[in-house]
Amino acid sequence: MTQLQYKRTGSATGRAGSRYWRSKTAYLGVLPFLSFTGIFLLYPTWNVVSGAFRDNYGEFSTTILKSVFNDPIARHAFGNSLELSAKTAVIGAILGGLFAWAIATGKPGGLFYKVAVALSSVLAQFGGVMLVFAFLATFGFNGLVLTFATKFLPTTFLADASWLYSMNGLAVLYTFFQIPLMVLVFLPTLENLKPQWREASDALGGKSFEYWLRVGIPILTPSFAGAALLLFVNSFSAYATANVLINLADYLTPLQIATALTSETGGSNPAEAKVLAFYMVIVVVIAMTMYALLRRKVSNWEQRR
Amino acid sequence: MAAALVVALAIPVVQSTSASAAVNYSKITSASQGGGLAGLAAACKKEGQLNVIALPLYWANYGGMIDGFKKAYGVKIDEANPEGSSQEEIDAAVTNKGTNRSPDVFDIGLAVGVKYLNTATFAPYKVRMWNYLQFAKDVDPSAEITPNYTGTMTIGYSGALGTITKLDDLLDPKFKGKIALNGDPLGSSAAMNGIFMINKALGGTFDDVSKGVAFFKKLKDAGNFINVNPTEATIASGQTPVVIDNGYIQAGVIKQMAAAGKVWKMFTPAAVGSTYNSAISAWAPHPACARLWMEYTLSETGSNFWALGGATPTLWVHLLKTGRASAAGKSAIGNSKAVAEKATSDQTAKARAYLKTAWPAAVGTN
Repeated sequence: MTQLQYKRTGSATGRAGSRYWRSKTAYLGVLPFLSFTGIFLLYPTWNVVSGAFRDNYGEFSTTILKSVFNDPIARHAFGNSLELSAKTAVIGAILGGLFAWAIATGKPGGLFYKVAVALSSVLAQFGGVMLVFAFLATFGFNGLVLTFATKFLPTTFLADASWLYSMNGLAVLYTFFQIPLMVLVFLPTLENLKPQWREASDALGGKSFEYWLRVGIPILTPSFAGAALLLFVNSFSAYATANVLINLADYLTPLQIATALTSETGGSNPAEAKVLAFYMVIVVVIAMTMYALLRRKVSNWEQRR
Repeated sequence: MAAALVVALAIPVVQSTSASAAVNYSKITSASQGGGLAGLAAACKKEGQLNVIALPLYWANYGGMIDGFKKAYGVKIDEANPEGSSQEEIDAAVTNKGTNRSPDVFDIGLAVGVKYLNTATFAPYKVRMWNYLQFAKDVDPSAEITPNYTGTMTIGYSGALGTITKLDDLLDPKFKGKIALNGDPLGSSAAMNGIFMINKALGGTFDDVSKGVAFFKKLKDAGNFINVNPTEATIASGQTPVVIDNGYIQAGVIKQMAAAGKVWKMFTPAAVGSTYNSAISAWAPHPACARLWMEYTLSETGSNFWALGGATPTLWVHLLKTGRASAAGKSAIGNSKAVAEKATSDQTAKARAYLKTAWPAAVGTN
C-alpha cells in the first residue's frame, strides 16, 4: 500500500514533464474516433433533435411535433416499426442464441466454428436490395421454390408466395440478418461460461436443470436481453430492405421519413422528417439506456470471476 | 483627382466586357449575351467540366445525350447520384453550395420545380429555341424552369405473358403476383401518373382518382398486384414481369431485353404524361457549361436523343412542323403532335391528399 503511494507521488514529482505529455499523447489516439463519431453521429443527431423543434422556416415551433404525434398514419407506421422490430428481435435472439450455443459447444477453433463465425460476419451485413432480390428469386411469385412447389407440393404454403409480400415476409427477411448478428454478439458470453462452474455444480450434487436454473440462465440472461435490444434497434432503423419489398410510403417510420425528404408529388416536408426521426431517436435512446444498464450487470460478474 | 482615377481605371474594364473573357456567365439569360453558342462553348471548355445529377443512363436516353455532349464540346461530365429524385437534386445543390461539386443543371418534375420558383434557386435562362418549346410560356414565362420532355405512362410487360389488349386482362389469374408499380404515389411521380393513367382509361378525371384506385384494389384482391418496388434486377430476372412506369424507362427495358433475346411489350390504356423541366442552379460552379448543356439538350440534336429514348421532347411539335424530326425518332415516339394529358400541380396535390389514406386502404398490407 505504502509502496503504491510512493510510486504515485514519485512519478508525479520526479519526471512530471514526460508523464504529463505521455498521458496527453494517449488522447491523440482516440482523436480520430472522437472526430468520426462527432461528425457522423453526434452532429447529425443534434441536427435531428434541434430540427424537430423548428418549422420549415427554421423558427422555433412544436406544432409539427404535436401534429405528427397525433397523426393516425404516423402512429400506425410507428406501431408497425415497433411490432416488426420486436418480432424480429425476439425470433432472432432465440434462434441466434441457440445457434451460438451450438457453435460454443463445438470444438473451439475447429472448422465448423471458423466457418460459422465467418459466415455470420458476412450475413449480418446482408440486407437491402440484394437480400430482397435473393428472397424474391427464391420464394417470390415468380421464384424458384414456387415454380417447384406448384408442381410437387401444391397444397403447402410454399405454393402461395403471398406471405412474402407482407409484414411476415419482411420479418423473415430481417431475421436473415438478425440471426447472424445475434451469433456474433452472444457467442463471446457463451464462451465465458467456465466448465468449472458446471463441474462445481455437479460435484455439489446439482442436476443438469439445476445448473441451468441457478447458474447458466441467471448469468446469460442480462447479456441475452442486451443482445436482443441490439437486434431491436438494428431492425428498427433498417430502411433499404423494406423500401424494396413493401413499396408503401407510410408503412414503416423509416419509409415515411424517406418520403417526407424526397417526395416528387408535393409531399416534401423536411421538418416532418426530422420530427419522425426525433421520435425514433427517443426509442433508440431508451433501448440503448436499458442495454447499458444490462451491460453493467454483465460486467459485474465478468470481473468477479 | 480620385474621381478621375476611378474613371481611368474603369474604362479598360468597361471595354473588356465586350470580349467573352470578362462575361459573367452566371448572370447571362441568353446565349447572345455570352457571345453566342461559340462563346458559350469556348467558355465551357475553359471551365472543363459539367456537373449533372439524377440522370440514369437508361432514362430517356440520357446515356446517348451525355456522350453526345462530351463528344461535341470535349468537356468532362460528372454524374452524381443517378437514381436520385427531383427533391434530392435540389438538396444536393443546397448541401454542396459553394463547392465545385454542386450540380450545375437539374432535370426535375413539375411539383418540385414550381415549389422552388422565385426562391433564387434557379438562374433564369432562355434557350435559343425557347419560343418553339411547347408549354414553356405556360409553365414559367421567366424561364427559371424550362419544360424539356414529356414521358407517357405505359404498362410494360414480358412478351411471355401474351398480349394485353384491355385493362381487365390484368385481372386474369395468369398475372398473379406479377404486376408492380414504380414507387408509391405519395413519393413517386411515376406511380402517381400510373394511377392517373388507369383512372383515365376507366373514365375518371384528374380531379378524382377514385376509379383508378378501385381498379388497383381489384388487382390487389385478385393477388395480381404486388407492392414490390421494381428495379432493373427484378425486371431483368422476371420477378416483376409487369411494370407500370414511364415510356422512356420502358424503351430502355425493351433494348436490354432484346439484347438478352427476350421480348418486352407495352400497353398504353390511356395517354397520360408528365413533363420534366430543365433548370440551371443559381450557384452553378460551371455556369457556361450549364447554359451550353441547356442549349444542347433543348436543340434539334438533343431532342432527337430524347426521342430515341421514348420521351417526347417539347421541341418535337416544332421539329415535325418544320420537317426536321429524325426518322429514328419518329419511329420511336411517333408522328403525333398531340402530347399526353397532364395533371396540374393542384390536381396532383389533391390526388396526393386523397391517396394518403385511400392508397394504403386499397393496396396496403399487414
